[in-house]
Amino acid sequence: MKQTAPRSNYLGVGGWIWAGNYKLERYLYLLHRITGLGMLLFLTFHLTATTVFRIQGQEVWETTMALLSNPWLKAGEYLVAAAFVYHGMNGLRLILQEFGFLLGKPTPPIYPYKDALRKKRLWVVVMMVVIFILALVFLFDFIV
Amino acid sequence: MAEFNPEKITFKVQRYNPENGGAPHLEKFTVPFNKGMTVLDGLLYIKENIDSTLSFRASCRMGICGSCGMLVNNYPHLACHTQIEEFHSDKLTVRPLPNLSIIKDLVVDLTPMFSSHKQIKPYLIRGEAGMEDPNAEFAQSPQELNTFLQFAYCIKCGICLAACPTSASDRLFLGPQAMAQCYRYCADSRDQGQKERLPLVDTDHGVWRCHLAGACSEACPKGLDPALAIQLLKRQLAAEALGLGKRRPPSPVVPPIKESKPKVPYPDFTVKKEK
Repeated sequence: MKQTAPRSNYLGVGGWIWAGNYKLERYLYLLHRITGLGMLLFLTFHLTATTVFRIQGQEVWETTMALLSNPWLKAGEYLVAAAFVYHGMNGLRLILQEFGFLLGKPTPPIYPYKDALRKKRLWVVVMMVVIFILALVFLFDFIV
Repeated sequence: MAEFNPEKITFKVQRYNPENGGAPHLEKFTVPFNKGMTVLDGLLYIKENIDSTLSFRASCRMGICGSCGMLVNNYPHLACHTQIEEFHSDKLTVRPLPNLSIIKDLVVDLTPMFSSHKQIKPYLIRGEAGMEDPNAEFAQSPQELNTFLQFAYCIKCGICLAACPTSASDRLFLGPQAMAQCYRYCADSRDQGQKERLPLVDTDHGVWRCHLAGACSEACPKGLDPALAIQLLKRQLAAEALGLGKRRPPSPVVPPIKESKPKVPYPDFTVKKEK
């Protein structure tokens, strides 16, 4: 009989983005990763701009600053601030929940099934509202 | 809501035959619909009447054996446990579970799941007394039972692995199934194997790789909560590292009953004995 190795069906990093019709938390997970990477990217850029460009003298520094006051880049800066708020506050929720707080105790499964995250959905919603309010405050700060 | 009663259902089933080569592709089948029909009924109809080469696993038809996990309309379901009516659509797309290798059509290779399940020692471990010569039972209260009972209902269908975004990108990840079973045995009051089991999940590819997407618990057809189990394992590991938390002694062996209760006396004969 011909033997054939099973065909790999791992979704890879694409599986973070879309694997099926899942609900809220799986996409918060994705957003957490994206905001984390975005902030890392910003930090690299920020440190480069404030060190390498700065030591090249006042002229280079001022040109860079003029370039950065572009409204599109300002909007980008706001996105970094929003990402910071999301990553920080959602991270706080994750730290608490990953150590078993705000999740409740294991209970026997009774139909219709509801898992701990969904039973305590309120905490997630509260955190999202806090993030939204903070993001609005930051937006106000950017506009004014 | 309007009653869902179409005459026919179009099944799009992912086909892949390793011997013919080629990429997996979707094949269309039209199946007559009856009320109360499950996805598995539809697949069985296809196999019996349309194309006998269609391969899928199924056994008990009642959500107990965990053979028929598959991706139905982009969500992992047990085919036998899922009514076609649930989807309110006369088109169904059936694919094999992702994050597991495909053997043929809808049959996936569950070997990685079973090997990580085996790896975490899914059995009771006792100290010196051992389990070699069991002559009595271990005492356990209903409260102690409830701490792990739901995790004992795992049917090993692989749906949590298909749902998990970490399993998608990390092949060495133990997976929600194995770690929930690790918690199930560590939380068992009769067990003493925490020292052997916890180091196995306290790794880069163990509990610390889980970032609480919660998809495993959401998708579990038996209502288990692997995400909660993994977070409780993290809690236990952190508490142990900090020297916090209570240590419970393993539950004692119930001593054999020495004297049996006095027997209920037989009632007197109500029929007079014949002389």
